[in-house]
Amino acid sequence: MRVLPLLLVLLAGCGEVWNNPYPAADRGGNILYSVFADRPKHLDPAQSYTSDEAIFTRQVYEPPLQYHYLKRPYELIPLTAAEVPRPRLVEKGGSTYSIYEIRIKPGIRYQPHPAFVSENQNLREKAIERLNSPYDLPLGTRELTADDYVYQIKRLAHPQLHTPIFGLMSEYIVGLKEYAERLKDAVRPGQWLDLREHALEGVTRVDAHTYRVMLKGRYPQFAYWLAMPFFAPMPWEAEKFFHQPGMAEKNFTLDWWPVGTGPFMLSQNDPNARMVLERNPNFRGEAYPSAGEAGDAARGLLADAGKTMPFVDKAVYTREKEAIPLWNKFLQGYYDLSGISSDNFDQAVRISLEGDAALTPEMETRGIRLDTTIAPTIYYLGANWLDPVVGGSMGGAAAERARKLRQALAIAVDWEEYLSIFANGRGVPSYSPLAPGIFGFREGAEAINPVTHEWKDGKARRRPLEAARKLLAEAGYPEGRDAGTGQPLVLYLDTTSRGPGDKAVIDWWRKQFAKLSVQFEPRQTDWNRFQEKLRKGSTQLFIVGWSADYPDPENFMFLLHGPQSRAKNQGENASNYLNPEFDALFERMRNMPNSRERQQVIDRMIEIFRHDAPWIGGFHPKNFALFHSWLGNAKVNEISGNGLKYLRVAPAGRDAARREWNQPVIWPTLLLLLVLVLSAVPAFLGYRRRERMSARPAP
Amino acid sequence: MFAYVVRRVLYAVPILIGVNLITFALFFVVNTPDDMARMQLGARRVTPEAVEKWKAERGYDLPLVWNAAAQGTGKATRTIFFQKSVRLFVFDFGYSEDKRDIAAEIKARMWPSLALALPVFLVGLAVCISFALLMAFFRATYLDFWGVVLCVAMMSISTLFYIIGGQYVASKVWHLVPISGYAGGLDAAKFLALPVLIGVISGIGASSRWYRTLFLEEMGKDYVRTARAKGLAESVVLFRHVLKNALIPILTGVVVVIPLLFLGSLLSESFFGIPGLGSYTIDAIQAQDFAVVRSMVFIGSVLYIAGLILTDISYTLVDPRIRLE
Amino acid sequence: MPVVLVTDVLVWLLVAAAAGYAIYCRRHAHLAGPWGRVFRSPAAMASLVVLGAYVALGLLDSLHFRPALAQKADAPSAYASEVLSVLDLGLAQLRGRGEKTYSAPLATRSYAKELIEQPDGRQLRDFPRLRFGGAQLHDEADWAADVAQRALGGLAVSVLLSFVVLLGTKILKKKRPDIPWQAAGISLGALLLLAGPAVALSSVYHVLGTDKVGQDVFYLALKSVRTSLVIGTVTTLVLLPVGIALGTMAGYFKGWIDDVIQYIYTTLNSIPGVLLIAAAVLMMQVYIDLHPETFPTAVQRADLRLLFLCVILGLTSWTGLARLLRGETLKLSQLEYIQAAHAFGVRDTRILARHILPNVSHIVIIAMVMDFSGLVLAEAVLSYVGVGVDPSTNSFGTMINAARLEMSREPVVWWALATAFTFMFALVLAANLFADAVRDGFDPRVRM
Repeated sequence: MRVLPLLLVLLAGCGEVWNNPYPAADRGGNILYSVFADRPKHLDPAQSYTSDEAIFTRQVYEPPLQYHYLKRPYELIPLTAAEVPRPRLVEKGGSTYSIYEIRIKPGIRYQPHPAFVSENQNLREKAIERLNSPYDLPLGTRELTADDYVYQIKRLAHPQLHTPIFGLMSEYIVGLKEYAERLKDAVRPGQWLDLREHALEGVTRVDAHTYRVMLKGRYPQFAYWLAMPFFAPMPWEAEKFFHQPGMAEKNFTLDWWPVGTGPFMLSQNDPNARMVLERNPNFRGEAYPSAGEAGDAARGLLADAGKTMPFVDKAVYTREKEAIPLWNKFLQGYYDLSGISSDNFDQAVRISLEGDAALTPEMETRGIRLDTTIAPTIYYLGANWLDPVVGGSMGGAAAERARKLRQALAIAVDWEEYLSIFANGRGVPSYSPLAPGIFGFREGAEAINPVTHEWKDGKARRRPLEAARKLLAEAGYPEGRDAGTGQPLVLYLDTTSRGPGDKAVIDWWRKQFAKLSVQFEPRQTDWNRFQEKLRKGSTQLFIVGWSADYPDPENFMFLLHGPQSRAKNQGENASNYLNPEFDALFERMRNMPNSRERQQVIDRMIEIFRHDAPWIGGFHPKNFALFHSWLGNAKVNEISGNGLKYLRVAPAGRDAARREWNQPVIWPTLLLLLVLVLSAVPAFLGYRRRERMSARPAP
Repeated sequence: MFAYVVRRVLYAVPILIGVNLITFALFFVVNTPDDMARMQLGARRVTPEAVEKWKAERGYDLPLVWNAAAQGTGKATRTIFFQKSVRLFVFDFGYSEDKRDIAAEIKARMWPSLALALPVFLVGLAVCISFALLMAFFRATYLDFWGVVLCVAMMSISTLFYIIGGQYVASKVWHLVPISGYAGGLDAAKFLALPVLIGVISGIGASSRWYRTLFLEEMGKDYVRTARAKGLAESVVLFRHVLKNALIPILTGVVVVIPLLFLGSLLSESFFGIPGLGSYTIDAIQAQDFAVVRSMVFIGSVLYIAGLILTDISYTLVDPRIRLE
Repeated sequence: MPVVLVTDVLVWLLVAAAAGYAIYCRRHAHLAGPWGRVFRSPAAMASLVVLGAYVALGLLDSLHFRPALAQKADAPSAYASEVLSVLDLGLAQLRGRGEKTYSAPLATRSYAKELIEQPDGRQLRDFPRLRFGGAQLHDEADWAADVAQRALGGLAVSVLLSFVVLLGTKILKKKRPDIPWQAAGISLGALLLLAGPAVALSSVYHVLGTDKVGQDVFYLALKSVRTSLVIGTVTTLVLLPVGIALGTMAGYFKGWIDDVIQYIYTTLNSIPGVLLIAAAVLMMQVYIDLHPETFPTAVQRADLRLLFLCVILGLTSWTGLARLLRGETLKLSQLEYIQAAHAFGVRDTRILARHILPNVSHIVIIAMVMDFSGLVLAEAVLSYVGVGVDPSTNSFGTMINAARLEMSREPVVWWALATAFTFMFALVLAANLFADAVRDGFDPRVRM
């Protein structure tokens, strides 16, 4: 009891903080601290597809290409390739093929890894059982060759791996589909399948540093895929190493221990708590870009131009499932960067009437900086094309009525209000399927959807409700009542949301439909059931989102491509929209290079989209990132994800700030203890009195 | 005694089969193997072939409980239920749906759970007994009265408020401990201090009041009156006689929860970001990872049964009149 | 158009059953005795008043209907898809007056600064005035005076009413001097003193502030009461028949019946409770999703989920009661008069109903009141884990869940959490105190 306060005072005297979640030994280190939310499921480049996994895979694996860190719109530049490959078109047997020949830079070496030491390929099970990490074994390296890239493309067809893009790629890469069939026969359970022994027709090695990929037809988007880890190199040694018996029982698999040539290597892998990336000592060194977007120089983003990356020695990622601890630890200086949840928003950011965001004075005094960017993502309220009320597949007058109904709803649903209430204005309403910054997106007055908005005084304004009511009457529902039967029109919305804020969202939706006197009924389900409804096409209205794989209009427009219908062909066209003219234009637009002509085709597609209104509006979320003053070269890059190598930290400033912001407050605890002690005094006195009592009358 | 324990362990087998059946039924009424595959494969670019492949690889392409197409005993054994349940009985948990070894995961996560649950249990027991003893000692005085009022008030507050309030005050306002997280070794102390404190405080109300009644009941007995009559000091009566005898129902009552400490605390672990078995279970429910849920339910049942057996044994240890047959 | 929800039916059935039981008790001395002891406890009377207030709120909230839509004269009548309750009608003012986002209790301005366009076109970053909260004030300088005036007005009315109540207790005291009417009177008076100013102020202010999307927190808290009560009572309604039947049967018949029943409850007990509840709730959700035509409105779906939560909570918690009853029945069946009944050839069902059941009823009553507070607390935790009531149902759990995110804000938004805390604390405390009194009244050991 008496030692504790003394201890507290002593500790406080040191001026040291108590709530530092990191070991004392790391203080002052050139370390970056960040977070991950969900445990990554796959770190194998053939299987990994989500953004939580990209945090790690993109720093370790190096595909041939990458996106420029600073320039916008996004631009592809070489990573391990010598230059961005241009496809060569050849005609063979009446059909067109495009050939990509990719030359990689010589002299690139892999990170230190036990797989490159031949003794480690024949370990006894007992020896494996004793290991804590594969890095406990002797480590080696070797040079990166074109064969590794070929090997990885073959892995996309591996029967024991789940490659999300296999279906897509087998449409293009020559022989990939047949290759997968052949491998199915070749695979033996429990044994390593050496893909080097099986040739793939469309992917060939030219020399040690050159390989060739042959695609059916034209597919200009392939270059974007070459910037994703699906096309990163995979040394066969690593696959063989992790296939040794006993490895899987220790969770030593390629899916958990990536092997790459990138600037960092995953040295600690505890997906429940902490992942650590450490500088790869064999990294060749890459120069920081010396050119960027306008304004980048003023923001100090070019100060390191030409210097050798990476700048930090280590990056510690802590698992943070809850928003509250994440935000508080960021404010306490224990995370170097953070996103902002809607709840913390107006604490950190104020928005001007023009929609510009700036930090609040409280944040500015702490030296925090803000970066905003509109994500290449769209969330939309889709109408199921197969639905008899809001769809369009029934044809004739009924379809025309439904079209007017959709347009009326598109005016009435006030996405601007939705964004301001539920996202603090972190987003922009969408006028077309394309997100801003994507080729084909038009700016200013040309951007708006004339059906729902009008351009007034240099601003987009939503059309008045009268316009919607008029359309609704033309659709046969004057005042929200069926003109024939007089019964109110009831619309159903399917959503997956199941969080605490749901009720408010649903109430808001009810209000939107009530504006047109339309009755509204929400149908909330869990994720599985929602997906199933979409697959069966049994929804009416629904909300889904899509975030782009690569910055190309094709990656958005295909969401409306008839043959990609979800209900018919399990594609990504969730609203099952079908318009032959739109589909024909899509086929044309898909293979065109970015040009005036392509823009014209896209303009026409958007015009059709607005006329048909298969989506009743939507929005593009805006991402807000906060950086502490000690973090340098930070810029949000939604597409590339390999930004760790560019970042720089100033540990001295960070330590000072942490000390200043986290001084423990001890007096309340002392006071509490004092009260506890004092409250025991009467008890003690009572005890004394009772012990001294000589005799008592019987109770 | 030995024979009794053996019989109880054998008796556990039908219970475990029942538990497995219930888990299996509940889970697969909710989810078809197709749902599980889609959940694991994500929403983007999922083809029906990929779903089939996923199911085949994990043995979910079999019928659920009855395989009409198989031969002989295969009708019952070549099914998802049989294939997935039988292995549990030899504690072979297999792999989670995202291909992590469940046994390795449980081994790693057990320690953080224990590091939180064990101190809460022991400190909580000590604090509650002391508090109850204090109230019993000062029975029928203002201290006793306000003590009971405090207990009733404390047990009327939801655990959620203790956690939210504690986290807010101690971590955010006073900067005394990290707000969440965990580290192995001695570093664990600073992460565990607050959750342990909150765990203890939230349990004080109900337990202290219960123990107080036990103490008072004991103090009304004849031997206590005899002791007093002999002229023993009240403190001697209380500590030597009453405490010893009242501890018997208290301790035998808590024996049943000891094995369950391994499972950790669902709420604290997820609020404080402690990577134990409690948060593992919650994650698995949310990710609909049947392999993990099944394993955790199985372990939970085994531990519960172990607790029951331990309780019986503890009765014989404290009361020689009881014989287990 | 009235809408009859399943839980509504059960709630009113419970009310009817309670009334019937009360009449039955008055006629039978062996029951009137213990209840008389309960009512002679001051704490019980005081908490009974508080509980009564909650129950009144809950009952008002258990009469649902769909408001009619304005139709043209010749058109058939049509109804809105939204389902309201009688309580919603009474609180129409609170329900309709939503702000944009957070505002503190009694505030006239929003909690977050915004850029406001002045009439002269200039821009100003300030806290905007609320749409409803204090909108009647022309000059905000009058705020304090206005609040004080309204609060005092409300207080005056409640003081008057409290006085009447006090007089009432005096009269009652003369009729039944053994019952502590003062305790009830004081408790009712305190409630009135709180309610008076709250009602007076709530017509123009948000007494307890607004939440993230501008809903009145006071309204949310009042609406959450019904969920807590339903969980606390309907659950016991579910577990009682199962627990009583299986518990007494196991104790009475012994042999293989006992073995089977013991097997069932050990098995159920050994499954970690949250897992069982989570799986069952998810299962229910799937059933609802697959049969949308059976549950045409969202309220009905949410209600079914609530009912199912009660059922599953009941099914996981009957084991404790069953075990107690089994032990008691084992003891009873050894007694001579039961053996005698056997010897006379009385049928087992008759022995169970006539001799065993009345003699274990005190255990049932105690278990019922003791479970109530535990269940109310459990609802909050389950809703936090995500397997509780439907997110669209107002409940203390969903309120806490939404409010806890606010604790990381600066300055902190404390009122939603504080409101949930206060309302829940009062309910659970009253229930605990009442349960104590009931236990003391019924426990045979106390009678000795």
